[in-house]
Amino acid sequence: MVNLIIDGKKITANKDTMILEAARAAGIDIPTLCAHESVSRSGACRLCVVEVKKGNRTKIVTSCLYPVEEGIAVETKNERVLNVRRLVLELLLARNPKSEVIADLAKKLGVAPQPRFIPDTDKGKCILCRSCVRVCEEVVGVSAIGLSCRGSQKTVGPPYNEDSAVCIGCGACAFICPTGHIEMETTEDKRKIWGRTFKMKACDVCGRYFAPEDQLKYISKITGVPLKELAICMDCR
Amino acid sequence: MKKAATMIEAKTKEIIKKHGGDKSSLIAVLQDIQEQYNYLPKDALATVNEEMEIPASRIYEVATFYNTFSLNPRGKYLIEVCAGTACHVQGASRLMDKLQRDLEIECGETTKDNMFSLEEVRCLGCCSLAPVVRIGGDIHPYLTQDKIPKILGNYRKQG
Repeated sequence: MVNLIIDGKKITANKDTMILEAARAAGIDIPTLCAHESVSRSGACRLCVVEVKKGNRTKIVTSCLYPVEEGIAVETKNERVLNVRRLVLELLLARNPKSEVIADLAKKLGVAPQPRFIPDTDKGKCILCRSCVRVCEEVVGVSAIGLSCRGSQKTVGPPYNEDSAVCIGCGACAFICPTGHIEMETTEDKRKIWGRTFKMKACDVCGRYFAPEDQLKYISKITGVPLKELAICMDCR
Repeated sequence: MKKAATMIEAKTKEIIKKHGGDKSSLIAVLQDIQEQYNYLPKDALATVNEEMEIPASRIYEVATFYNTFSLNPRGKYLIEVCAGTACHVQGASRLMDKLQRDLEIECGETTKDNMFSLEEVRCLGCCSLAPVVRIGGDIHPYLTQDKIPKILGNYRKQG
């Protein structure tokens, strides 16, 4: 167990927890976009910055990636931290002017769009946090999408921006996306994501459409459970 | 068309075998494919995907990240106009203008006869020779507009 201080509060946490989790367990809120319990961390959104004081030195770190240490003092909302966080939000506002999530966060912190950052028109709501790419690789295991190009050209999508042959239409990427950049449209028997249309499977018992056929085939393949057993929805099982 | 695809597949397999087939040799494999075809054919990347068991999305990430790799066919000779500080000061933009006019293409394009591709690069690392243009790997130092037609002619003659 490690003892530390967050915002003046004495906290004890397990050795490998990150400051973000330790703070949240103690009821201290730190805003984040890209930290998600299901996937590994990347520290991409930079909103979770905090100030860590170790001995006589202070430094700004991303709390989602900084493990707790004995004797450190963490400030989550002093002026220095808020300044950094506001700048990050100003930049995000300029990159994704259409994102409601970012606009809400900015409002909460009193950040307005800055005239010195010209808004982007071609980036959609994507903040390039790579959560979707990670969930597709680590949780789903198909790696259907990736980030292509670099710098200002960087975008997320399947290779060549074409229908991906390995995508199973599970929608995990759309679910994890913190800003709602990834569009998924599910009507009765069809689901459209990344430009490809998937056929949905109707439950053998109740007839409700509950999952894409490709996803069930994939689950059957990796778990060895016969497709017939998977053809029944969760409610009827 | 089908025959060309199987030829690319065979050649790609050969390249992968040469590098041992380990996932960490992806960049080396792509470099060899790029050298062989002057670009990364889609069929070759599909073979890399199957043989090396690397997801297509990951290969595409690497292939689009590095400027060395091109997903579109490049001409036989790649013309790289240095736009680094020294070359810029010595008038690299004038060389670019002349090349664009003479080849009748824009920067980033390939001539109709597939001989030349024109690109701008940051620094070729030989600033004392500024302004520099690299054509098909050869460095052309202290280049001026009036020398360009002759140089291009020589490459055309070589075929």
